[in-house]
Amino acid sequence: MTTSPLLDASGVAKNYGAVAALRNASLSVLPGEVHALMGANGAGKSTLVKILTGAISANAGRILIRGEARDIRSPAAARRAGLLPVYQEPSLIPDLDVLSNLRLTGTPVEPFRAWVRELGIPDLDLRETARDIPLAILRVLDLARALAVEPDVLLLDEMTAALPANLAEKVLEVVRRQGDAGRAVIFISHRFVEIAALCDRATVLRDGETVGVVDIEPGVEERIVELMLGARIVKTKVQPRAAGQNAAPAPARPRIAVRNLRVGSKLSDVSFDLADGEVAGVVALEGQGQDELFAALAGSIKPNGGTIEVDGSQVKFTHPIDAIRSGIAYVPGDRSEALAMQRSVRENIALPFSAALRNWGPIPMRKERDTVLGAIQRLQIDTRAQGEVQRLSGGNQQKVTIARWIAADARTILCFDPTRGIDVGTKQEIYKLLRELAGHGKSVLFYTSELEEVQRVCDRVIVIFNGRLVDIFPVEEADEPALMRAAYGLPRGAKADVGILADPSATSSDSPSPNASDAPEASP
Amino acid sequence: MRRANPIASRPMSTSAITPQSIPLGRRIKRFMADRPLVPLVILLVILVVILQILRPGIVNERWIANTIKFAIPLAILAGCQTMTMLTGGIDLSVGTVATMSAFIMATQIVNQDPAVAFLLAMTPAVLIGLVNGIGVGVFRVHPLIMTLGTSLIGTGCLQVYQRTVIASGAKIPDFLAWLGTGVTWGFPNALLLFVPLAALIVFTLARTGFGRLLYAVGDNERATRLSGVRYWQVITALYIVSSLLAGITGLLYIGLIKAPSLSLAEPLVLPSVAAAVIGGTSIFGGRGGYTGTIVGALILTVLTTLLTILQMPEGARRILFGLIVLFVTAAYLRIVEDR
Repeated sequence: MTTSPLLDASGVAKNYGAVAALRNASLSVLPGEVHALMGANGAGKSTLVKILTGAISANAGRILIRGEARDIRSPAAARRAGLLPVYQEPSLIPDLDVLSNLRLTGTPVEPFRAWVRELGIPDLDLRETARDIPLAILRVLDLARALAVEPDVLLLDEMTAALPANLAEKVLEVVRRQGDAGRAVIFISHRFVEIAALCDRATVLRDGETVGVVDIEPGVEERIVELMLGARIVKTKVQPRAAGQNAAPAPARPRIAVRNLRVGSKLSDVSFDLADGEVAGVVALEGQGQDELFAALAGSIKPNGGTIEVDGSQVKFTHPIDAIRSGIAYVPGDRSEALAMQRSVRENIALPFSAALRNWGPIPMRKERDTVLGAIQRLQIDTRAQGEVQRLSGGNQQKVTIARWIAADARTILCFDPTRGIDVGTKQEIYKLLRELAGHGKSVLFYTSELEEVQRVCDRVIVIFNGRLVDIFPVEEADEPALMRAAYGLPRGAKADVGILADPSATSSDSPSPNASDAPEASP
Repeated sequence: MRRANPIASRPMSTSAITPQSIPLGRRIKRFMADRPLVPLVILLVILVVILQILRPGIVNERWIANTIKFAIPLAILAGCQTMTMLTGGIDLSVGTVATMSAFIMATQIVNQDPAVAFLLAMTPAVLIGLVNGIGVGVFRVHPLIMTLGTSLIGTGCLQVYQRTVIASGAKIPDFLAWLGTGVTWGFPNALLLFVPLAALIVFTLARTGFGRLLYAVGDNERATRLSGVRYWQVITALYIVSSLLAGITGLLYIGLIKAPSLSLAEPLVLPSVAAAVIGGTSIFGGRGGYTGTIVGALILTVLTTLLTILQMPEGARRILFGLIVLFVTAAYLRIVEDR
């Protein structure tokens, strides 16, 4: 390799308070290459991208563009340096028409028009207001807008997510040709199929560090998964669960039966059962449809298709109250979504009690206090600052969100990443609590972004990729490498074979693995 | 907090120089933050003392009864604002609702049975409250616009109504005059209405499910939704209650003023918002209470008296009033906010 890199970042670090989002990341992109940036949830991909595009500034590190050190302080500076991102969220201003949006960023109109046609949209009306344009088209327009200014380095974040197949194909084709024209593309994706078809090399991040740069060749996905897992790959033995912690024998009728559930374009054809007395894990990379799955089960959004059965009878939730009446409670991942921050611990825990019209009268204070105290003790919430929930630590806030449903005696709890951003001790307490709940015959659906939690807590694991349920693992097989592989849509146990990268027929990334398609109810 | 001595102000200041004074200052702040009523009452007392100094002898039993009499209608309307502001809303239609119920009462009592007149007087209150509630709760119109709109519509309807009753004339029912202006053993009769009403509002906010929901909805609507609360139910009930209170205020106020007009209670609307804000209710929702509002209404009433006896021109008086309201609110928030 004699060519000098177009973009060369090294030693990039970024701290948020005591938390290091990036420790020592590097990324080197050659002219004419399409370079994949990979990493599991929280590995630091998005932080690195934000630094490269000037959205945030790094605490340390060096960024060279065409061999010159550049200090990228703002998105405008990144743009001048020839770096242009296309983010997952559409960036056109919704209330302006397309033409005004172009003028706003000084994008030349004719090249834009040409690129839009190239990308497979022949009849775009530039006078149309961005708000009225469907999401998939908006993303393509974002790409066209970036292409029109001919950047040296184009940064694409999950470009093909939410795109219909025909558009995605065109997009990939255009991106490929960018490489041929001597420019560079940094391509962030979870989909091995696309990466195989498109990229020359991949940089893999883990825990804020660059752990490897690999050439894309058949079979490399195993190497990438290994890099993403790192040292964690060794400690993957299941410790047998204590007898008391084991799930109760599965009853004949499932507590919740989901069949062919479809939500918008994010989730399609998901079927699984949740039994009383079990903790079912959900594993997915970010934004694979798990948010929609939980929201649909919680009654927050209406599914577009499929059925949900609770205790054998079909339900249609139009408001969270309907789910709560069926005994299904939702603990959102974002605590600020669940708590009235200025109110007391007690009021927050007792909130569901007052929800129904018939409970608007005088509160039975003594009874309420006993119930709330019971829940507080059960979760060992530190109540020194109980006057306002916002004064509690993150871990204690999380406990309050769960305590609410313990107090309300919900039969099923949907926990969305309850351990994100809380201390280790509290995490352990939450694991224990979830097991206890299952031991008492309750059921828990537990999404986690930390794969190691799965074997500590779950009885079996549902893996979702690209809006589809790709596999259901019994806990014994759900070690981190297996889960990581499944979360990236790679078939189970295919390590010996050549991976799908080598298989030219496997062009569709969302073909589920055989285990999932024929046995959605596979239980431990 | 900054010390004069630049050398001592770095690492030393926390350990060596200020261990006495800062904790004390913080302790006072904490005390005020936990009991937000205390600084308000202190302010009220200060205002009364200033009044007594400027015009010695003015503060007597009669003056106190009079002040309370005028503060009560303001305090009830401020109660409407307190409750709606707790949810992040506001009710600007209270003035129109109060005026309508007062005007209808005064005109209908001429030919109707008092009970029928009362029901007729409260009808527009219920209707406007219902429309406000549905507009805000179901169609998510901003409360400011919604209640302003219904307020204008109500005023228009009242003007039409006035033409139909011009011939019959108006009178003030004796009972309302007794309630509005009467004093028994030194206590204004209006307290007979106000004390139970205030107790009910305080109880509702602190000890009922409905009250809890008002705070919770104002604090985090999404959290209440996830807990199973139907927003529109809470909001609709809230605006109906608010309108009913405004209607009752109108009946009390006509007994006090004794001159029905089409803008009877309109001058009370913005002071009622000010009273709630001075009383510590956050206009963004989720924070506040009614006891503070009552003191806020008293403060505003005393302040009005104070500015009246200063014998300033009307313009200057209003400017001063506005400035004082702004200053008091800002100072109060600084005192009460923790940190």
